[in-house]
Amino acid sequence: MRPVIGLTTGLVLGLVLVTVVAAESVTPGAVVFVEGAVERSLSGKPGNPEAGALIMDKGAGNCIACHQVTGLAHLQWHGEIGPSLDGVAERWSEAEIRGIVADAKVMFEGSMMPSFYRTEDFIRIGDAFTGKPLEGEVQPLLSAQQVEDVVAYLMTLRQE
Amino acid sequence: MTFGPGITGALCVAATLLASAPVLAGPGPDDDELVVNGKIVMVTETSPPAHVEGFDRIWSGWRFRTDETQAMQMDDFDNPATLFVEAAAGVWSMADGSAGKSCASCHDDVSTMAGVKAVYPKWNRAEGEVRSIEMQVNDCRTTRMGAEAWQYDGGEMTNTVALLASVSRGMPVNVAIDGPARETWERGREMYYTRFGQLELSCANCHEDNYGNMIRADHLSQGHTNGFPAYRLKNTRLNSVHSRFNGCVRDTRAHTFAPGSPEFVALELYVASRGNGLSIEGPSVRN
Ligand code: HEC
Ligand code: HEC
Repeated sequence: MRPVIGLTTGLVLGLVLVTVVAAESVTPGAVVFVEGAVERSLSGKPGNPEAGALIMDKGAGNCIACHQVTGLAHLQWHGEIGPSLDGVAERWSEAEIRGIVADAKVMFEGSMMPSFYRTEDFIRIGDAFTGKPLEGEVQPLLSAQQVEDVVAYLMTLRQE
Repeated sequence: MTFGPGITGALCVAATLLASAPVLAGPGPDDDELVVNGKIVMVTETSPPAHVEGFDRIWSGWRFRTDETQAMQMDDFDNPATLFVEAAAGVWSMADGSAGKSCASCHDDVSTMAGVKAVYPKWNRAEGEVRSIEMQVNDCRTTRMGAEAWQYDGGEMTNTVALLASVSRGMPVNVAIDGPARETWERGREMYYTRFGQLELSCANCHEDNYGNMIRADHLSQGHTNGFPAYRLKNTRLNSVHSRFNGCVRDTRAHTFAPGSPEFVALELYVASRGNGLSIEGPSVRN
């Protein structure tokens, strides 16, 4: 009897956990933008600014390909396509910054900035940088948690 | 009288910058002049052709490179691409294929081809299509020489195109976009403004809206084709124009197009036409 109850409880707990995570993490298609801003955390959890700082540099983020950030001056080569992000948390609210990182084209129509948390409506989407067609599901450029990490990092950029 | 010369000067400079370069935020092109081998004077800056709307002025990609990279193109002894041109010059007079002919059998010395590269891609009346110079070379090989076609962006082909470019150096790019070529040109223009891939970037995003700016470690030029084939320090070989297009589209996280595809031929005609008036520089040196 006992082991059976234990197993059942475990299964039930597991199910509850899965449901909670699914309910709190917003899929790319379900993100609600209000004037370009997104109120709730995409992952349902707070972001980690140190992890966010790393995403600014390499991989799918590579934000400094286009932006300058004085706080990241130890990294070489900051681009000049977008504005400097110094003091960005004084110009925009957290919800606005989340909206811009998730899909900048909602806030800035026709922006050159890529949409980091969107999975639809691309023209000839490829398999990363291979040049080959993508087979299978489109993954957003950043995960929900990575967006939150980047937002948390940007919220530390207070002084001009 | 009230302003010192310094202030007036600064105001004048600011006014000039505003008037002449409203789109430029970054360092832009430099002021260097390109003369190759001390005698071929290159036009690296001129007014854009009438059909180009996005530019007030056009500049060769050479003007956006560092002094060190620029210097390598100023003398054939320093240009690593010279070796490839010499290899192609040997092939020019080498018979190949069932007809026992070489390029020289029909065209004599390669110097007779001066000016040819400047007008390609070009409408081919017999075939009823726009053809790149690579397509023309392969047509000669297969139908006149009875030889096998070269790989579109392979070594033999790109070397030969570099040889053909080298005898046109200093002549202005002058592709025709009217008449029957118009439809192809329009398809190319459509592609130029299409935001491909998961990064949703068009050629215009980088080369029209942001030339002169840095994108990470790369100094963006206007993306002209007058320097092709180009020796790239990055991969230490000669690169065809379609290889370059292929890389630029791939970098948008897109399913790219194949070298030699009708799409890239149309794009090549359109991009070349944006640089009408710049000198043919191929083989150039770029990073
Ligand atoms: C390909 C270029 C590009 C990349 C990559 C890019 N951005 Fe941007 N970004 C822009 C441009 C351009 C703007 C200006 C808005 C506009 O007018 O389009 C902008 C605006 C912004 C703004 C608003 C800044 C302000 O002060 O108004 C924020 C915040 C921002 N970007 C964050 C990011 C983050 C974080 C990343 C990486 C995860 C990133 N960007 C990647 C081009 C880019
Ligand atoms: C994400 C940015 C980006 C996009 C989008 C892009 N390019 Fe480029 N392109 C570059 C960079 C960086 C270079 C190397 C520096 C330079 O010359 O601009 C380059 C170089 C070139 C060159 C070589 C110029 C020279 O003088 O050597 C050509 C031609 C070119 N691009 C054409 C295109 C075309 C056509 C498209 C669209 C199909 C395109 N590019 C899209 C970034 C881009």
